[in-house]
Amino acid sequence: MNGFGPVDLLLWGVLPYAVLVVFVGGLVWRHRYDRFGWTTRSSELYESRLLRIGSPLFHVGLLFVIAGHVVGLLIPESWTRALGVSDSIYHVTALSLGLVAGVCTLAGIVLLIWRRRTKGPVFSATTKNDKLMYAVLVLALVTGLGMTAYFAGTEVVGGETQDYRHTVSPWFRSIWILNPDVSAMAAAEGPYKLHALMGLALFALFPFTRLVHAFSAPLGYLVRPYIVYRSRDPHPAGAGHAERTTRRGW
Amino acid sequence: MSEQTADAGGRPIGRVMAQVAMVMNLDKCIGCHTCSVTCKQAWTNRPGVEYAWFNNVETRPGQGYPRTYQDQEKWKGGWVRKPNGKLVPRAGGRLKRLATIFANPVMPSLQDYYEPWTYDYDTLINAPLGDDIPVATPRSALTGEPMKVEWSANWDDDLGGGPELARQDPIVQTLGDQVRFSFEETFMFYLPRICEHCLNPACVATCPSGALYKRSEDGIVLVDQDRCRGWRMCVTGCPYKKIYFNHKTGKAEKCTLCYPRVEVGMPTICSETCVGRLRYLGVILYDADRVEEAASVEDEHDLYESQLDVFLDPSDPAVRAAARRDGIPDRWVDSAARSPIYTLAKRFRVALPLHPEYRTMPMVWYIPPLSPVVDTLTSTGHDGESAPNLFGAIDTLRIPIEYLAELFTAGDTGPVRRVLRRLAAMRSYMREINLGRERDESIASDVGMTGDQIEEMYRLLALAKYDDRYVIPTAYGVDEADRGAIEEIGCDLDFEGGPGMGGAGQVPFGEASGQPQAATVENFHALQGRQTSDAQVPTGEGRVNLLNWDGNGRPDGLFPPNQSGSTEDHGGGDQPRTPREGGST
Repeated sequence: MNGFGPVDLLLWGVLPYAVLVVFVGGLVWRHRYDRFGWTTRSSELYESRLLRIGSPLFHVGLLFVIAGHVVGLLIPESWTRALGVSDSIYHVTALSLGLVAGVCTLAGIVLLIWRRRTKGPVFSATTKNDKLMYAVLVLALVTGLGMTAYFAGTEVVGGETQDYRHTVSPWFRSIWILNPDVSAMAAAEGPYKLHALMGLALFALFPFTRLVHAFSAPLGYLVRPYIVYRSRDPHPAGAGHAERTTRRGW
Repeated sequence: MSEQTADAGGRPIGRVMAQVAMVMNLDKCIGCHTCSVTCKQAWTNRPGVEYAWFNNVETRPGQGYPRTYQDQEKWKGGWVRKPNGKLVPRAGGRLKRLATIFANPVMPSLQDYYEPWTYDYDTLINAPLGDDIPVATPRSALTGEPMKVEWSANWDDDLGGGPELARQDPIVQTLGDQVRFSFEETFMFYLPRICEHCLNPACVATCPSGALYKRSEDGIVLVDQDRCRGWRMCVTGCPYKKIYFNHKTGKAEKCTLCYPRVEVGMPTICSETCVGRLRYLGVILYDADRVEEAASVEDEHDLYESQLDVFLDPSDPAVRAAARRDGIPDRWVDSAARSPIYTLAKRFRVALPLHPEYRTMPMVWYIPPLSPVVDTLTSTGHDGESAPNLFGAIDTLRIPIEYLAELFTAGDTGPVRRVLRRLAAMRSYMREINLGRERDESIASDVGMTGDQIEEMYRLLALAKYDDRYVIPTAYGVDEADRGAIEEIGCDLDFEGGPGMGGAGQVPFGEASGQPQAATVENFHALQGRQTSDAQVPTGEGRVNLLNWDGNGRPDGLFPPNQSGSTEDHGGGDQPRTPREGGST
């Protein structure tokens, strides 16, 4: 790989760790001090007709987008090759599935934002925090989807595109072993860098917005008995609410 | 769990649990809405829950609140029994709940309740001089825009809107032509409703976060505001639509059965302020292990009996032993033995559950109204209070017995008829006494009671003394007698934006200055102790200063040391000088 400059070092060697600290620290802080604010802040009570189309479209699309990122970033090329998946098959699948999921997600969020702007009560319930979050979320989606569409188009007409599995993915994996491969990311093309930066911004915002509800996906419900009994909480005098130990209700 | 305990009928007793339950005597409800208003002042006078009425009073026939909530084909509340005998929430089991989590398909919209509004009062005082008197026009509480008020929680109160609105009552739609709305034949009565605090709560079952729970000590169903994530499934799950989504905080809220009051032995605010004195509160002991089986009986008409069967007789020594085994103190069992709820529901069988067919095992029961029957009979030239005439009239009452049956017994008129006969018998029997005649045991035996029982029922229903209506034991584990179960009770709802907001908040001066005080039983007793004692009562928290000193005793550090060195004291001479740990009196 080529060398890299100080800006690259800052963006791809330092920034990810700063974001990680903000992300984890923010979640811990929010969980300790603002459990009451930890909610979906649903607006379904105000308007449900558009929500019932937009929200599942967005959320389900997003789940596929996340799954795509996990596969693309975490699984090295050598592993898929070992499984007998040829590069071209991998790329066609990734790009087509990614395109469909991305379009669903984007369509969903466009519908939701339109609803949020035009339906009076929903708009009144929108905070500045929400607006910032929507802006970053949409930018992350648009850069990602635009990139996918552009690369898919290029591949269709037989052109050559840069393989993120040689640049972005090794860099992403190297972050987690505390040995960031800055040069790999520095060699990535502009759109990749832009999308990665938007992703980092989104993760930095995550703990401080309504996005935190993603971390309370209630998977435990599947294995819980229906009726929850709970004793009154032992609640030490003078302790703040955040200090209270909450117990399992089942 | 050690040895098998059996009740008087020889049946093994499972896990004994206690439930604070309510009965309402509908004959006495005058529809004044005092309960609703005091409840609102106590719990929901905050933005976000303008439309939430933990207590509401509906005129029947009518659509109810929210509109047509009883139509479970539409709203999918409560449970359904599957062919294999298992109960599943009507809106779907766990997988379906999670699959529809991004947009609850059957959640009522605000239009099914009503859009909350306020008035533009500012115009009244700031309007420029003109020919027209300024008017405060309605403004939406959601958007601030001018709005046309077209519906609210009691739009069809007292049959307002006439047959057009009342015909949309789901029960009227079921009964069809049997319910008449012509002026001469129409009828109405009031149905005050709070959360049912069910034994088999569908809201708890549908909460994906596990934030809704039934308190094991007293059966009150609560939302843990710190754990609620606003998935809104409980709103659908509750067939009585008594869970409200706070649209400002994004959390579910519901009737708390005024637990901070109940814990210290006081009745709920709706009961306390009830003008007609028609509410009763007391403890019911029940067998928690039999609830699911009782809620799953095949025939809907059996649900009333099967629920009665789950209740345990607190005077049975075996039940007392089993309660002790399961950690319920004797004083709670004693209280349950005096419970007006047990008396009305199980001993006299005059109280009935609301919509048992939802299979949630509701615990707010109702004594059905007897209609203005005496005057009607008298006007036809009969003795309106003689027992045979009254009994004969029950099937032709103004309020069709079928309507009451749809409300209280899943459509089975038998139990309703028996209740009304008992209420009619009570009138006849007591009239004989009032007229100075012989007590007529035959009236009592006609309805399967004894004269003494009728008189006891009369005392409970007609005289309805405060102490007979509310038999509420204080929360257990807070005094020496049964310490150990609970150290302290915190108010989950008491924080910024929460339902308890404004309770014991931070105030700059006086007793509560400095730290916010938790709404606990200990603090309640400590405050009571300090306010009623002549001597200094140790507070146990921090030092006493001029601002929080209650004027009693000589707290440490408040006065210069006594010059003479004597320990004599002007207040309570034997009070300890150093604050003690604990602080409860």
